[in-house]
Amino acid sequence: MAAAARFTVVGGGLAGLMTTIKLAEAGHQVDVLSLVPVKRSHSVCAQGGINGAVNTKGEGDHPDIHVKDTLRGGDFLAEQTSVKGMCYAAPGIIYLLDRMGVTFNRTPEGLLDFRRFGGTLHNRTAFAGATTGQQLLYALDEQVRRYEAEGKVTKYEYWEWLGTVKDDAGRVIGSVAMDLRTMEIRTFPAEAVCLATGGPGIVFGRSTNSIINTGTAAGRAFMEGAIYANGEFIQVHPTSIPGEDKLRLMSESVRGEGGRVWVPRKKGDVRSPRDIPESERWYFLEEKYPKYKNLVPRDVATREIFMVCRDLGMGIGGRDGVYLDVTHIPAKTLDAKIKGVMEIYEKFVGDDPRHTPMVIFPGMHYSMGGLYVTFESDAKTNMPVDGSPKNQSTNIPGLYAAGEADYAFHGGNRLGANSLLSCIYSGMIGGPAMANFAKSQSTSAAAMPEKFFQSAKAYWADRFATIKKMAGPENPYQLARELGDVMTENCTVVRYNDRLKKTVEKIRELKDRWNRVNVLDTGEVANRALSYTNQVWNMLELGEVIATSALLRDESRGAHYKPEFSLPEPKSKDPTQDPEWMALWRKRHEKWAKTTMARYASEGPQISYEPIATPVLDPEPRWYA
Amino acid sequence: MDTAQASAVSNQSITFRIWRQDDPAKPGHFDEFKVPYRKGANVISCLMEIQRNPVTSDGKKVAPVVWDAACLEEVCGSCAMNINGRVRMACSALIDKLEQPITLTPMTKFPVVRDLAVDRDRMFEALKRVKGWVPVDGTYNLGPGPRQSQKDQSVMYVLSTCITCGSCLEACPQVSQDNEFIGAAAISQARLFNMNPTGKLNSEERVRALMGPGGIQDCGKAQNCVKVCPKEIPLTTSIAVMNREVTKLAIKDIFFKEDEQKGSSGPA
Repeated sequence: MAAAARFTVVGGGLAGLMTTIKLAEAGHQVDVLSLVPVKRSHSVCAQGGINGAVNTKGEGDHPDIHVKDTLRGGDFLAEQTSVKGMCYAAPGIIYLLDRMGVTFNRTPEGLLDFRRFGGTLHNRTAFAGATTGQQLLYALDEQVRRYEAEGKVTKYEYWEWLGTVKDDAGRVIGSVAMDLRTMEIRTFPAEAVCLATGGPGIVFGRSTNSIINTGTAAGRAFMEGAIYANGEFIQVHPTSIPGEDKLRLMSESVRGEGGRVWVPRKKGDVRSPRDIPESERWYFLEEKYPKYKNLVPRDVATREIFMVCRDLGMGIGGRDGVYLDVTHIPAKTLDAKIKGVMEIYEKFVGDDPRHTPMVIFPGMHYSMGGLYVTFESDAKTNMPVDGSPKNQSTNIPGLYAAGEADYAFHGGNRLGANSLLSCIYSGMIGGPAMANFAKSQSTSAAAMPEKFFQSAKAYWADRFATIKKMAGPENPYQLARELGDVMTENCTVVRYNDRLKKTVEKIRELKDRWNRVNVLDTGEVANRALSYTNQVWNMLELGEVIATSALLRDESRGAHYKPEFSLPEPKSKDPTQDPEWMALWRKRHEKWAKTTMARYASEGPQISYEPIATPVLDPEPRWYA
Repeated sequence: MDTAQASAVSNQSITFRIWRQDDPAKPGHFDEFKVPYRKGANVISCLMEIQRNPVTSDGKKVAPVVWDAACLEEVCGSCAMNINGRVRMACSALIDKLEQPITLTPMTKFPVVRDLAVDRDRMFEALKRVKGWVPVDGTYNLGPGPRQSQKDQSVMYVLSTCITCGSCLEACPQVSQDNEFIGAAAISQARLFNMNPTGKLNSEERVRALMGPGGIQDCGKAQNCVKVCPKEIPLTTSIAVMNREVTKLAIKDIFFKEDEQKGSSGPA
C-alpha cells in the first residue's frame, strides 16, 4: 500500500465523519458517499446529549460505572470489549468535541454541564440545549470541510451506495454507487469501505428516524454475505409525538430535567390535565420504580406506558397517549436546557408544553442490532487493541461498519445518550482499523484488475435498466407502507410468535408483489422513484431478518418482549434473594445470552447463535424496581 | 394506530398546485393534485400521499414529485421551498394553517435540480470561504477546551443552530443565481467561530474572507433574512457585528503595513 491510500466511507453522520477524520488525519484520501449533504444526516436529530463519566458533579462517577450501566442496560447482550473501550474513551471524546467548538451548556464556573439520563443514577450526559446531535454533527462536518478544502476528502453528496466490488478471494476492493441527480453509475476503488449508514427506521414506516434511514445499505451488505446480528432488538422510544409523516422524538432529556409521566387515576377522565389535582394523577413510573423513577431504561418505560394504555385502558381519553409534564419547571429553565424539543412540540402539535402537559406515546426509534463486527481484545485491559484491523470489521474482508449500522455497543437495549458516543467511538477506532487493514494487504485495491470493477458496474447498470422498465400494478411507496404497518404492529413493543409468523409471511408476499412493481418515473434526472424501488427490496430483506430473528428468540430480554416466554415475577423484591427464580433466570440466560447471527439465503435468513464472551462483567438479573 | 392525537380521515380534500420541471434545461409547468384531508397533516405528509398515488386532479398519471427532505422536524434543513409564495420549511407547514390551493414552487436563488429540489452547493462553498471551523491540532485527547461563560454559550448556541436551509438567501434581494453574494448564513457562521475562544485565534482570516467581491458590503440591509429564518437566528445582528469587524480591519490596513501588524491577534 502506498503511504497515502484511498478509502471510501459511506454515510456522513457522526460515525462516517469521525471515520473520515481519522483517515484524513493519518494522511489518507477519503471519498465520502452520502444520500444527502452530510450536514443533513440523521445524527442531527439526536437531542439529549452524549454520555461520559467525567465526574465533575462530585458523585464519584467513573468509566467503570458507565460500563456497568451500559452492559446492564443492554441486558448483557452487548459486545463487552467495545463497550469498555467506549466508556473509557468517552471523557476524552467529549473534551475533543468541546475543543472543536461544540456549544455545550456550561456551569456557572464555565465548565461543561452534565445532566441525568435514563438507566443511570449519575449526571453523566453533556449536552448542547436539546439539539446535541445537531451540534456534534456540525463540529465534525466543519472538520471534514477543512480537510475537503485541503484536498484530502472528496464528498459525493446525493450519491447512493449500491454494493461492493469484490476480488476473486472475496475481499472488498471498492464500491458501486449512483449519482442521484444525473443517475450515473460508477465504481469507487478503495483499500477498505466503511458502512456508516445508520439504522433501518423506515422499515417500520413511521419512526423517529429521518426518511433517508431505510437501512438499504445494510440490507444490501447482508445480501452480499455480511452477517446481520441481533436484528430483533429494536428500541421503541417511550416518548414521541405521533404524526402522519413521522413520530417526532421528545427527548429523554425532558425527563432528565424533571419531566414527569402520568395519566389520570380515573379511567376515561375527560378533564383538562391542568384541572386534575395532584392526588388524582397516577405517576405510574415513579410509583413502580422509586429509585430510577421516570428515568428507568427506555425499554422499561416504553412497556409500562404501552401497558397502561393497551392492557389497562388507562391512556388519556381511553386512547394511546400519556402525559409528559414539565409545567412545574420554570419556563426559563426549560428554554435554557431543552428549548429545541419544546419548540418541536409547539410547532407540530400547537400547544405550549411549558403550560400544557404534552401527550406522548412510544415510537420506533433505534436499532441495537446491525452488521456484525469484530474487535481484537487486549488481554490486559479487555478493551479493543489500538489500531487493530479487526476492530469494526464485518465478516467480509475490507468491509467495515460503524455507528447505528453496527450491532456491537448496545445489546438488548441502548441507554439514552450512548448512541452519539458509540457513533464517534466506532469511527475513532474504525478509521485506524481500515488504514492498518490496507497496510496488511499485499496488493492494493487500486492495482486490482479492471474486470472486477467492470463486472460489478455492469451488474448494477443491468439491474437499474430492468427496474426502469417495470410497469406492473404495484406502487413501491405503497409496498413500503404495508411493510411499515406490519412491522410496527407485530415487531415493536410486545411480540407474539403467531403474529411474527404472519409478519414473515406478509413480507414474503410483499417480496412477490415487488416483482410486479411500477417504477412510476422514467425520467433521466433525479429519478428518486427508481432508486427507491431498489431500496424497497433491501428494506424487505432487512424486515425479514428482523421479524425472523424476533420469531426465533423465545425469551424476553431488553427491548425484545414476549409475554409467552417471560419469567414469572420473583417472590422477593430483590430477585437474587429468590433461589427458585434465580435458577429459572440462570437456565434462561445460559440458553439465550447469545448474539443472533443472520446469514443471507435466497429462501430466507438463516439464523444461528454465538456465545458472548464476558471478560468485563458477569451477567446478573437486570432489575430496576 | 388510534392515538390520543387522533388522525381523523374525512371526505374533505386538499388542493395542491405543484411546480414540475423534469430537467433544469426544460421549461416547467404546474400540476394540480387533490389529497385526502387528515388532521395534523403537513406539506410533506401530503407529498408522501402523492407518491403513493401520483395522479393529478384531472386523472393523469405522472411521476411522483421530487423534493428534498430528511428529518421532518426542522433540524436537517432539507425541505425549504416556497409555499404560497413564502419561503419556509415544508415539514412544519401545517395544512390547517395554509390557504388553499397550496402552491409549491422551488426556491429561486438556487439552480433547480428537478421539481422542488434545488442545488444549495453555494451555501457550503460559502462555509469554506469563511473557514467555518475551529482548527484543532488533532483528534487526540488534549483535555478540555477553554472555559466559557454561560452568557457566551447562550449566544453561540443560537448561532450554531443554523441548518443551512437557504431561506435567508432566498428572501434576500441582493442574492441572485448570477452573483456571488455570500449571504447571511455564512456571515453569521463567521461570527460564531470568531466568538469561540479558540476560533478567535484565526478571526482575521474570517474577517478578510468577508471583504471583497461577494462579501459583506453587498448586503443591502433589507433585513428579510432575519424575518424568514426558521431558527430565529439574529442574522442582522451577526451582519452588523461582522460589518464593524470588516471596517476596523480595513482601517487598520490603511494605517499599518502588514509587517507592523505581526504580533497583533487580529481585529480586537
